[in-house]
Amino acid sequence: MLNNFVMPDLYPAAPEIFLLLMSFVVLFTDLVVGDTRRWIAAALSMATLIGCAAITVLTADGQTVLTFSGMFVDDLLSDFLKLLTYVAVLMVLIYGRGYLRERGLDKGEYYLLVLYATLGMMVMISAANFVTLYLGLELLSLSLYALVAIDRDSTRGTEAAMKYFVLGALASGLLLYGMSMIYGATGSLEIGGVAQSIYHGQTDKTVLVFGLVFLLSGIAFKLGLVPFHMWIPDVYHGAPTAVTNLIGSAPKFAAFAIALRLLVYGLFGLATEWQKMLLIMAVLSIALGNLAAIAQTNIKRMLAYSAISHMGFMVLGLMSGVVGSQVDPFTAVNAYSSALYYTVAYVLMSLGAFGMVLLLSRAGYEAESLDDFKGLNQRSPWFAAMMLIFMFSMAGIPFFIGFFAKFATLLAAIKAGYTAVAVVAVMFSLIGAYYYLRVVKLMYFDAPIDATPITASLDFRIMLSINGLAVAAFGLFPDSVMTICTTALMRSL
Amino acid sequence: MNSPLLSLAIWVPILGAVPILALGSERRAMVRWLALAVAVAGLLVTIPLYTGFDINVGGMQFVEQAPWITRFNVQYLLGVDGISMPFIVLNSFITVLVVLAGWEVIEQKQAQYMAAFLIMSGLMNGIFSALDGVLFYVFFESSLIPMYLIIGVWGGANRVYAAFKFFLYTLLGSLLMLVALLWLFLESGGSFNILDWHQLRISIVPQVLIFVAFLLSFAVKVPMWPVHTWLPDAHVEAPTGGSVVLAAIALKLGAYGFLRFSLPIVPDASHQLAPLMIGLSLVAVVYIGFVALVQADMKKLVAYSSISHMGFVTLGFFIFNRLGIEGALIQMISHGFISAAMFLCIGVMYDRMHSRQIADYGGVVNTMPKFAAFFLLFSMANAGLPATSGFVGEFMVILGAVKFNFWIGAVAASTLILGAAYTLWMYKRVMFGPVANDHVAELKDIGGREFFILSVLAVCVLVMGLYPFPFTEVMHASVDNLLKHVAVSKL
Repeated sequence: MLNNFVMPDLYPAAPEIFLLLMSFVVLFTDLVVGDTRRWIAAALSMATLIGCAAITVLTADGQTVLTFSGMFVDDLLSDFLKLLTYVAVLMVLIYGRGYLRERGLDKGEYYLLVLYATLGMMVMISAANFVTLYLGLELLSLSLYALVAIDRDSTRGTEAAMKYFVLGALASGLLLYGMSMIYGATGSLEIGGVAQSIYHGQTDKTVLVFGLVFLLSGIAFKLGLVPFHMWIPDVYHGAPTAVTNLIGSAPKFAAFAIALRLLVYGLFGLATEWQKMLLIMAVLSIALGNLAAIAQTNIKRMLAYSAISHMGFMVLGLMSGVVGSQVDPFTAVNAYSSALYYTVAYVLMSLGAFGMVLLLSRAGYEAESLDDFKGLNQRSPWFAAMMLIFMFSMAGIPFFIGFFAKFATLLAAIKAGYTAVAVVAVMFSLIGAYYYLRVVKLMYFDAPIDATPITASLDFRIMLSINGLAVAAFGLFPDSVMTICTTALMRSL
Repeated sequence: MNSPLLSLAIWVPILGAVPILALGSERRAMVRWLALAVAVAGLLVTIPLYTGFDINVGGMQFVEQAPWITRFNVQYLLGVDGISMPFIVLNSFITVLVVLAGWEVIEQKQAQYMAAFLIMSGLMNGIFSALDGVLFYVFFESSLIPMYLIIGVWGGANRVYAAFKFFLYTLLGSLLMLVALLWLFLESGGSFNILDWHQLRISIVPQVLIFVAFLLSFAVKVPMWPVHTWLPDAHVEAPTGGSVVLAAIALKLGAYGFLRFSLPIVPDASHQLAPLMIGLSLVAVVYIGFVALVQADMKKLVAYSSISHMGFVTLGFFIFNRLGIEGALIQMISHGFISAAMFLCIGVMYDRMHSRQIADYGGVVNTMPKFAAFFLLFSMANAGLPATSGFVGEFMVILGAVKFNFWIGAVAASTLILGAAYTLWMYKRVMFGPVANDHVAELKDIGGREFFILSVLAVCVLVMGLYPFPFTEVMHASVDNLLKHVAVSKL
């Protein structure tokens, strides 16, 4: 047996290997230096992410390389998504540090779990095989379950973790079941192999579509699309805000990656089938997300429902790649890049919005209620302006990145002939504008009920300011990010 | 290559707002003078637009072009013709007055107040000069943000309701316009250039749908009956400066949109739906005129009178002759001056009495004679008295309407009676009669700053009324060009 073993090419997986090795370093260093010098673990984790980014950039050559017997792919898209993931996780770490320290949650496990979650996302992004994909997904999910419950004395956190775990396990099961169906129909676990055998038409379509439904349910759960969205508000609300910030940001890239790899790379032959399913889920998500968000008084829940509606918009782009049954590469790239662009824009805004919640929280006080934003303009005009940018951007008002994200997905939808769907989507985003405006109203029109000065470390303030200015700057000059998204997709399809 | 005048007109006020915000609200004197300097600079850069304008050219002038979003072929494309140029100058001019009007009365967060108006002014210049559909939309929608804050932060008692109503109403319209713009982009084979769209052939059903999408967007902005209800709320609750900008400039955006988008892009639908538009305009002129008559709040009265006057504008557009369109444009500029002046006058009284109710006043002429003279002039202009600017536009539109159909002209002419009735009756109740109460008796007449603002506007109103030629001559070529487009079927 050993004679058949061929050493796989490790080069394309260098960032993952580096992160894994560094996670051991973080683990042992933290054990040695102990609780008093937790900043070492934090600094090492951040250095790890920066190191990963450097390796990813240095090894990016624009070529699509398969390794580990075709289970792992390294292409431009995966490099791009991984870079975005590092940035998002890095921001999560910076935003979360003060919050966790004030609550005594700034433990070594936190950094380790965040790093393993990152590793899971990276594996998902680079998955070329159902097994790799599932492996990455589970690594991410298990780390996140533990992170949600990191405040073990909080009943709400534990409850959220239980819910997340049970529902997440169910979703993983659905995904796995779908994969097994497709394996049964095509005889291949490799995404490329599945596509090949569907293309050659040697498959039983009934079984395939049956598998597709389960697969899609699993993906929809990860993206938080209606009707698989139930966990989102509870988990977002129950988890410590620093962890919510992680759940709401970087995993969206990984979820986008698996959606793209499974549906577009693997099951493109069934595009007309999954298009219909995605359409229904997109419209329902946009509708329910926006309507339910209005009723929320807790900002974390509000942002959770807003996340549902945003993912609906993203899927609107994702499903618009195929017009009728015709495949036009240009339309397809346009649509998928609009979805990718939407994900980038959303994660940037979401990080900032949760960052604002973290900014207002302090030792012994969770600034989770919408009323905590009252009169922010008097307490801190600068950060009120930042929140204003995030809110208007999420509402899709120009000149912010959120507008161009909606613009791109709507254009893709109209191009695919879904003009009526686009009209419905904009009407619900009109309804959505109400609750974003309400936050601005609280900050600018009302008097503060809490005059405590804002205490946040300098790095936090700088990061949040960069975050806000980026949302504005990428809105004024949207070209660069759009072009990168398109190029990454075009070179990797 | 000419200097980028239009870019300056847009970005000087917007970038000028940044140091004002940075100063913060403590250094009031510096904030005010800096705001005034920025506003004046913003006005000065627009003057060459008028002086350097070639009145024989019907197309776009001062064109600036640069790629903006290459992925979707969106361009930073600016240019003005005789239709849009006057509004850029008017907007920059009104901004100076608004800064002056907020000089002392705005006590809280003055830096943010000034900055909001300056940013607003730059964005609105952008709307009038954008020739790219996306650029237009981006300016159109982002101008909602400063106005939302102006109404909500510095407004009256019911400001929150008014701010939300203003924002959501306008957003409703513009989102449908966005869908129409995207559709036009795909239909034109990947161009967002508005001038390319003018050449596009579109069959009648999409034409009607696009017209409706544009109509919803622009009708809310104008506002036309029956989507006008946000305006009285917004006007009443907004601070004086906000009302001035809303009435003088923001309402013109919708009317301008009809000329730039609806008429030339979908001329056949415009012709087909003209009876509807004329009907709605006449309802606005007559019915809203009656509504204005019964208002007890001065600001509301002027707000309804604005709707009624804007009815004239849309009427002028949809009778498709030169007299009508030019009259409507003149009416837009003149209404910019008059409504600004009316709201400033009400602001003068409100600053002293903190009431806008007509019933709280009476006999003001006894204590404020100088002010009463100004207010009389502007009231007369609002009623359309000859020799004031209010007369010119209304007269031209009525003439155009009579040419089109006598009865439409006759109904429209009723505004001369209604306008006189509600304006002068208000004037009589507020100004004349015995001094109504102690508060009125203690009123102080206008000071130097107020005198200056009102006299500048009085000069504008009179000059335009006596000699409107400088205003009409810049429009001729562009209006002819537009009518040529409208006359050609695109089916």
